[in-house]
Amino acid sequence: MLRPFGMLAELTYACPLHCPYCSNPLNLADYSDELTTAEWQRVFAEARDLGVLQLHLSGGEPLVRRDLVELVACAHELGMYTNLITSGIGLTPRRAEQLRAAGLDHVQISIQADEPALSDLIAGTPSFERKITAARLVKALGWPLTLNVVLHRYNIDRIDRILELAESLEADRIELANTQYYGWAWRNRAALLPSKTQLDRAESIVRAVRQRLEGRMEIIYVIPDYYSQYPKPCMGGWGRRQLTVIPNGDVLPCPAAHILPLPRASVREHSLSWIWAESPLFQRFRGTEWMPEPCRSCERRTVDFGGCRCQAFLLTGDAARTDPVCHLSPDHWIVAEAVHRANEGKPTAPGNLIPRTFRMRRGAA
Amino acid sequence: MSGEVSLTNRPRLAQQARLVWDPVRQRHVLLAPEGVLLLNDTGAAIVGLCDGSRTIAEIIEELRRRYNRVVAEEVQHFIARLVAKRWMEIGNA
Repeated sequence: MLRPFGMLAELTYACPLHCPYCSNPLNLADYSDELTTAEWQRVFAEARDLGVLQLHLSGGEPLVRRDLVELVACAHELGMYTNLITSGIGLTPRRAEQLRAAGLDHVQISIQADEPALSDLIAGTPSFERKITAARLVKALGWPLTLNVVLHRYNIDRIDRILELAESLEADRIELANTQYYGWAWRNRAALLPSKTQLDRAESIVRAVRQRLEGRMEIIYVIPDYYSQYPKPCMGGWGRRQLTVIPNGDVLPCPAAHILPLPRASVREHSLSWIWAESPLFQRFRGTEWMPEPCRSCERRTVDFGGCRCQAFLLTGDAARTDPVCHLSPDHWIVAEAVHRANEGKPTAPGNLIPRTFRMRRGAA
Repeated sequence: MSGEVSLTNRPRLAQQARLVWDPVRQRHVLLAPEGVLLLNDTGAAIVGLCDGSRTIAEIIEELRRRYNRVVAEEVQHFIARLVAKRWMEIGNA
């Protein structure tokens, strides 16, 4: 049996930021019936039994959960490597020390740009200075620090300065991930998608800095799939290596899959092992049997697994088609047209982006 | 790839990496930020011997006491790969 290595636990969709590329669902309020502390602890134990070794604690903003320290302690005692994926907002020295004592292994902090004006504009709230303070705190407590940066038209030209900031913060890793167009990013795609000129420049800077900082800082650069020839092997294949549990207990093969018209699977109704191994949701696109042409006969079918099901659904209305990013897809013209538009005409100002909006509620804990 | 290592280096696991026994898979596993490496018995033995006090030459010597056909270059290459990923650190002799 295939066993999952990693689980993304989206503890809450509450978040103090309003990033216009957030991958959370648009109907955020529908997910406020959050799992309790005890329910999450049961899910973590079931995940470990299933084979999960890496637990990513995310959201929304996971620090909004008042039981985060308890949840980390539980995962640590189960033997999982624990990663906190945070905006940094709410990471006070006291909270950080409690998380350290509970066994948290690694912290990833998002930054939106290298300087406060743009960073705060994108985040939709003054947050840059607190993020930098939080990043310094992470290093001071001896944690490995990863900076997560979502790249788009409005910050990609500052990639050199973003890397300088990461270097000055002594980050161990930086993930420069071009926006993936789901959730709020899908709504803002026309404004966010960078031009080819912007991408070429960014990639040459990444190559140079990667060489200069080799052995000191790991630079992960995630290319924008709209510009690539082949699709990304989304989640390493459907139900193959990873799973996601979202705030209300629904389990998904990937964090964007809540948009797909497929039967739900919830830890409130079934065990995690049944959901992983048997549920119609996880079976639906597992392996290669489901594939249409040109994937079915393609030699890359076990390399990229037909690409991303959510992207196929968003672009064509049918989740079972080849990811239109692939140049071999009969629907590739849809992507080509979006790319064409991104490379001509006047881009809109960042102030015109639609911010993620969500009235914060108290967590269930 | 960087992470050249010499026989006189004394490797040790980096603070960010952890060697654990996975009872589910019945395998040793190396865990680090966003990374999982399933180890075979020899791999686990090498990582276990990288304690910052032994040189790579001494590690190879110890492995030869335990296993047949230990290829020095393979051990060195395995450690170099982990150093390049910053999962392992090296001190000098």
